[in-house]
Amino acid sequence: MDFIAATEPMHLNHLLANFGYLVSVVMFMLAIMRMGRVKTARSGNFLAAAAMLLAVVSSFVEMGQIEPWYIVGGLVVGGAVGAIMAKKVQMTQMPEMVALLNGFGGLASTFVGLATFFSMGGSGTLGQMMREGGWFGGMNLVLTLIVGSVTFTGSVIAFLKLSEKMSGKPILLPGRHVLNGILLLVPLVLGVGAVWFVQGVPVIAAVLILIVLLTFVLGVTIVIPIGGGDMPVVISLLNSYSGIAAALAGFTINEPVLVVSGSLVGASGLILTQIMCKAMNRSLANVMFGGFGAEAPTGGGGGGEYVGVKSSDPESVAMILADAGNIVIVPGYGMAVAQAQHAVREMANILEEKGANIRYAVHPVAGRMPGHMNVLLAEANVPYEQLFEMDQINDDFRNVDVVLVIGANDTVNPSAKTDKSSPLYGMPVMNVEEARTVFTMKRSLGSGFAQVKNTLFECQNNYMVYGDARKTLEEIIKALKED
Amino acid sequence: MDTGAILMLLYVFVLACFAGYQLISKVPPTLHTPLMSGANAISGITILGAMLAARVGPGAPFNISTILGAIAVALATINVVGGFMVTDRMMGMFKSKK
Repeated sequence: MDFIAATEPMHLNHLLANFGYLVSVVMFMLAIMRMGRVKTARSGNFLAAAAMLLAVVSSFVEMGQIEPWYIVGGLVVGGAVGAIMAKKVQMTQMPEMVALLNGFGGLASTFVGLATFFSMGGSGTLGQMMREGGWFGGMNLVLTLIVGSVTFTGSVIAFLKLSEKMSGKPILLPGRHVLNGILLLVPLVLGVGAVWFVQGVPVIAAVLILIVLLTFVLGVTIVIPIGGGDMPVVISLLNSYSGIAAALAGFTINEPVLVVSGSLVGASGLILTQIMCKAMNRSLANVMFGGFGAEAPTGGGGGGEYVGVKSSDPESVAMILADAGNIVIVPGYGMAVAQAQHAVREMANILEEKGANIRYAVHPVAGRMPGHMNVLLAEANVPYEQLFEMDQINDDFRNVDVVLVIGANDTVNPSAKTDKSSPLYGMPVMNVEEARTVFTMKRSLGSGFAQVKNTLFECQNNYMVYGDARKTLEEIIKALKED
Repeated sequence: MDTGAILMLLYVFVLACFAGYQLISKVPPTLHTPLMSGANAISGITILGAMLAARVGPGAPFNISTILGAIAVALATINVVGGFMVTDRMMGMFKSKK
């Protein structure tokens, strides 16, 4: 382990293990690089898995003569549970699955921190007990507990909100900023106390467990005020935290592999979070502290009744689609909820046979995670070449015959471009209203996650098609086949 | 761990953060979800710390930290195995047809 502390003589197994660690770190970096490109993404993921295996094997080599049964037991149980979860999960449930897995990672770091403490024994303060790093190691241990615990409960709340086991609406506690401040400050103060002032194993153990419990609560109070629409940002941020927790654990036990891999994840998670915020034209602070979507907008064009909304039915939609040459499909979270991606693909197949040009326009924050729509459409075998990002297609909507908006709302709201009083103002949106005809499939005129009135619904060329997206699509398919 | 070692780890930390920033800044939105999921699996590297805590051997007798360590190994393994498999399922879908 101590490849940095040169005071100990290096044994062969240490040398071998550290060489293995070094190779695995390089593999992790190459893997992340490959995962950033569509063509090499899958091989990149495989490389990362191989790097993890190499790191685990190297760790066994380093530990040498031990009884490995508790480790093996954990590996077998965890491996089986993880594999079953990964096999069973539906593609539409991916966002909440990632949230849950992330939570397990955070909790693992918390347990590593606690186990590190209980393995030390000795007397004096936590700083004096640490075999590695003195007060620095002690403070790292405390931070590992804090970040790991917040990641755990925060991820669990994100999971509950995304899977709709809990309301996606923001829950605003009175004085929540003060409460969160206290819940962060108290564990830090307790940590400082444990490292420098409090003495003896039982007392320090009690303090550390109290820190864990308080930060469990903190994870909950940080995430419950955030609305379901902002969950992607939260998951990305929590993912970053779990990386930081791993890096901190690496500082605690003086293990460079953990520091490197953990900070890679921590940094990349932060960047991803930033990219997502930018796509929504929001700042991270606004997402975390805004309680966005909690208050119904009161400003000028915000709320209000809909006037002059026209509606249509599946048969009429089918008739118009059958004659259209240039069709763009705009999917949103509604498509994921209705599991309509296969029906979308089937309809597109029929229309392509009739000679239509089909494209899909994907907004960067459509769905519950960036890229969520791409994953679902890919599951339904939609060719990658037909997917277009907003920037690629936005100027071309005026040449489009028919736009089908399937379960999207805030991402196609024209008031984001014009109405300065709208909370969505400034968010880049799709110019679907420029197309000749727009059909919007939606269950009702209810608001999207941003709780803002959508002026698209009042446009002259827009027709609402009410109902479950999949049922509507199936009726369109039936009508197209009879044609 | 002396000051030099702490400083060395801090260097490692800063450089790795920089590398993470560079590696990810030009990624198409299509890959954001799978990439997040893959990065999430990598954060399961905390498994190494868990293994160290769960070992029984010279200098590491069986005690409560062994149990805590074994639980941590199981949790981290769920994160790692589940994460990589789910990512593989997602990335396997990006097949080019033409």
